[in-house]
Amino acid sequence: MSPVRELCEVLERRRVGAYQALTLVAPRIAEHARPGQFVHVLAGRDRSFPLRRPFSIHRVERWGGSGGPPGWSPGASGAGLGAVEIVFDVVGAGTLALSRLRPHDVVDVLGPLGRPFTPPEAPTGCLLVGGGYGTAPLFFLATELRTRRCRVDFVVGAASAARLLDPAEAGRLGHSLTVTTDDGSAGRRGLVTDPLPDLLARTGAGQLYACGPMPMLAAVSRVAAAAGVPCQVAVEEQMACGTGICFSCVLPLGPEEPTRMARSCLEGPVFDGTAIAWAELEPSR
Amino acid sequence: MTVDLSVDLCGVRLRTPVLAASGCFGFGREMAGWVDLAALGGVVTKSVSLEPRRGRPTPRMAETPSGMLNAIGLQNPGVEAFCAGDLEFLADAGATVVASLVGRSPEEFGRLAARLDGEPGLALVEVNLSCPNVEHRGEVFATDPAAAAEVVAAVRQATGTPMLAKLTADVTDLVAVARAVTDAGADGLTLINTLLGMAVDTRTRRPRLAAVTGGLSGPAIRPVAVRCVWQVAQALPGVPIVGTGGVVSAEDAAEFLLVGATAVAVGTGSFINPRAVVEVADGLERYLAAHGVGSPAELPALFKAER
Repeated sequence: MSPVRELCEVLERRRVGAYQALTLVAPRIAEHARPGQFVHVLAGRDRSFPLRRPFSIHRVERWGGSGGPPGWSPGASGAGLGAVEIVFDVVGAGTLALSRLRPHDVVDVLGPLGRPFTPPEAPTGCLLVGGGYGTAPLFFLATELRTRRCRVDFVVGAASAARLLDPAEAGRLGHSLTVTTDDGSAGRRGLVTDPLPDLLARTGAGQLYACGPMPMLAAVSRVAAAAGVPCQVAVEEQMACGTGICFSCVLPLGPEEPTRMARSCLEGPVFDGTAIAWAELEPSR
Repeated sequence: MTVDLSVDLCGVRLRTPVLAASGCFGFGREMAGWVDLAALGGVVTKSVSLEPRRGRPTPRMAETPSGMLNAIGLQNPGVEAFCAGDLEFLADAGATVVASLVGRSPEEFGRLAARLDGEPGLALVEVNLSCPNVEHRGEVFATDPAAAAEVVAAVRQATGTPMLAKLTADVTDLVAVARAVTDAGADGLTLINTLLGMAVDTRTRRPRLAAVTGGLSGPAIRPVAVRCVWQVAQALPGVPIVGTGGVVSAEDAAEFLLVGATAVAVGTGSFINPRAVVEVADGLERYLAAHGVGSPAELPALFKAER
């Protein structure tokens, strides 16, 4: 299904630890969204001509029949019922504008965009590895994997306890939860990759999924490759259009030499961890 | 008031005077799910070179006030892949196709034009003489009238397809360059390309683009573009001009047409609104109707130059 442009009413904005979560009434996007896909959000339509900002989809709500979220009447936004939630960190002007939105404000959203995670064909143990707010799409993925009767084990990491994204929810969705922090303020001190070899052996997971900063994705991909377990990673690249026309969000894909610059908005944001030419990518960052 | 939006551009009938600008609409097929490609004034493709180009490293883009900087570096699959895939797709979709050509020498431009000559579905070529994201400033042919004319002459010799020459405003005397390329055989002009710019991240104390400098686009450059179209239209009456630079609304398009453009191209606007090319044309139709104007071609004569 082709992505659409929806004018979305803000249903709720809330704090999730150090981050912000924004729930948007987006019936058409919610209907077709798959885990790993993203939305491209334009906050404010002032004369300064801001660009959109891409966010992976953290959660999707689909209300059947004439139902809806508590306290919300569909009158203002029209018929369909469905919402998507994104999570962000206030890091610049775009996310600052988003953090100031209030219920009933309207934002302009394109979605669902990009290629989603591919679920296992048969029920398989899955290890989900998230770094910081990069963990966001893994909650949506975990929900889907559970309905497919896959065992889900979570590994989440961040610089410190405060930078973890909703570990309680990860604990609820996963059969197990392993937490790592750089400073040891929660879980074990170290990187998300540290417990992976042991967890892969112990759970017999047949599939890895990861989302987070690029160096983390590179490291997770290396561990997965060493263990012979397939690994899909969702990258976060800076992008202007989100629709494949600006060629800003490229990253090098191998293994053929020379590598090919692929647009992460169209061919990603989910890639096979072994396809990305990590060595080419790392020095430039 | 019945409005006929169609215009004649260098002998080619366009359905509307609003095209998709080069580098801001991919190769067109990416947008097939968002717009009816056949309903657009035209699709100017991302620039195509003889051999594939990989483009610049990332970050390639930086948001700036009322616009953005880019340093994509002309990433494209090369002319053979373009003809076999993208051009065929656009032609089948019924689009009016303007192929943007880029090369490192007049000879390369000539070979490229010869390769595309007679390709079914190709309406015009646009000679990109002005991309700022190249290795050497000498490849920005449009900074020098003689160099620009040499490229245009090579293309003219290789093809009879109507030709637009895309120029840069980063020159002291744009009219001199415009005159040189039309004398050398360009049928029309596209004004303007992005302006060479730079931005610094003060936190990391590094340039915000991997390529250090890049091309500035968006509404930030619109007044520069309007001025350029105005100057050249005054100096070279009768030379068709495609105005481009920060067109995001029908009013922006009307601004360019009033000062003498035959058509406009929407660039960065498509990054924010994938249907911008269509919506600008629809809005222009309403603008013309509201002003009692039957055709976009009548607008330049209605411009009141004196304040």
